Amino acid sequence: MPSVPISPESGPQVVLELIYRLKVRDAMSSPVIWASPGASMRAVQYLMRDNRITGVPVAVEDRLVGIVSMGDVIEALDAGRMDEPVESRMTRAVISLEDDMPLAFATTYINRYKFGRFPVLDREARLVGIVTSSDVVRSLLVAMNREVERLEEKLAAAAAAEAAPPPADGRVRLSFQVTRFDFENAGKASAEIKKALKGLGLDPALIRRAAVASYELELNQVIHSEGGSIACVAGAGSVEIRAEDRGPGIPDVEAAMREGFSTANEWIRSLGFGAGMGLPNARRVSDDFSIDSGPGRGTTVRCRINY
Amino acid sequence: MRTSELAGALGLEVLQGEFGDREISGGYTSDLLSDVMANAKDGAVLVTIQAHKNTVAVASLVGLAAVLVCNGREAPQDMLEAARAEGIAVLRSASTQFEVSGRLYAALAAQAPAGA
Repeated sequence: MPSVPISPESGPQVVLELIYRLKVRDAMSSPVIWASPGASMRAVQYLMRDNRITGVPVAVEDRLVGIVSMGDVIEALDAGRMDEPVESRMTRAVISLEDDMPLAFATTYINRYKFGRFPVLDREARLVGIVTSSDVVRSLLVAMNREVERLEEKLAAAAAAEAAPPPADGRVRLSFQVTRFDFENAGKASAEIKKALKGLGLDPALIRRAAVASYELELNQVIHSEGGSIACVAGAGSVEIRAEDRGPGIPDVEAAMREGFSTANEWIRSLGFGAGMGLPNARRVSDDFSIDSGPGRGTTVRCRINY
Repeated sequence: MRTSELAGALGLEVLQGEFGDREISGGYTSDLLSDVMANAKDGAVLVTIQAHKNTVAVASLVGLAAVLVCNGREAPQDMLEAARAEGIAVLRSASTQFEVSGRLYAALAAQAPAGA
């Protein structure tokens, strides 16, 4: 069986995020074609032929009790046992997946067990689908296509921003697009802002405060938003950082401002983010801080640091 | 102690050795990047198990001299490339953050008896 050449531990962040965000149910075929234990091997052979499949789970009602592969059918054919019931020839120790597991589990199982297919059970252990390596590869390709499209849009937007002429009033103005879950480029806007502030010859402690604010707001957009922008205007006694995103908005802004409050998932936390320190940190380093948000609309955060 | 002396003094593996050599100002141990962002000092060494590109982004913004990856964690190539571009050393130890922090603290304290 072809393996899936994607590691759940290393690789581009975008791909890692995909295989953890997509669930087994996104890739599986459903409803599943199954046989009852009493069906003959010949009946299973016809099922395979008519549906062009190479494996059939065996179930009683919706409970999985075994699985028969094309190989089992060929052996039965060879031994002249095609009229025997499936339950006498099926594999009983079936490795199955749960529909709610990240797709990363499916790639790991395929690579580890080398089986052609894995029945999928739901939370109540009901047989709800079946997943093959080509199902997994197909769903990953579709998702990766979407990601590449998004990256291309981002590159085009960045090129357009670079082409815009700079205003000449002595202030530094910078603006950056931020994409959801783009950990690959997370921190780039803050690095550019820091560089520009250094260029203005500002005090290192002040630059540090501005870097903390912009980094926290930038990472918040990467982790929580549907995408947004980070803008910085510096000069004439202040540095202002403005983070504006397209949603989904914060239902309880007061809770979000509390240190330790976080809505980040396990995967985000495993990267060292989502500690519930972002907004409190940004407010702490600012002389003036405001946040405007609500469910179903975007979030805008402004941090001003005076000098 | 300087960045170039860390590996020898603490028995560390050098994963990324192209850095601007400087005096180590102290250390900070954390796996939460916001915490590092808020509290680590310029010129310090970060002791962590977060071995990925975002650690380098934070290290660069804070002005850290080195990232010290513990528990023998794998450091991906893009992390090392980012660290090279930023001139930040990446070192690795098979020991835990607790043990490495202890050794680092002792080494820095031995050099500055007046209090590090």
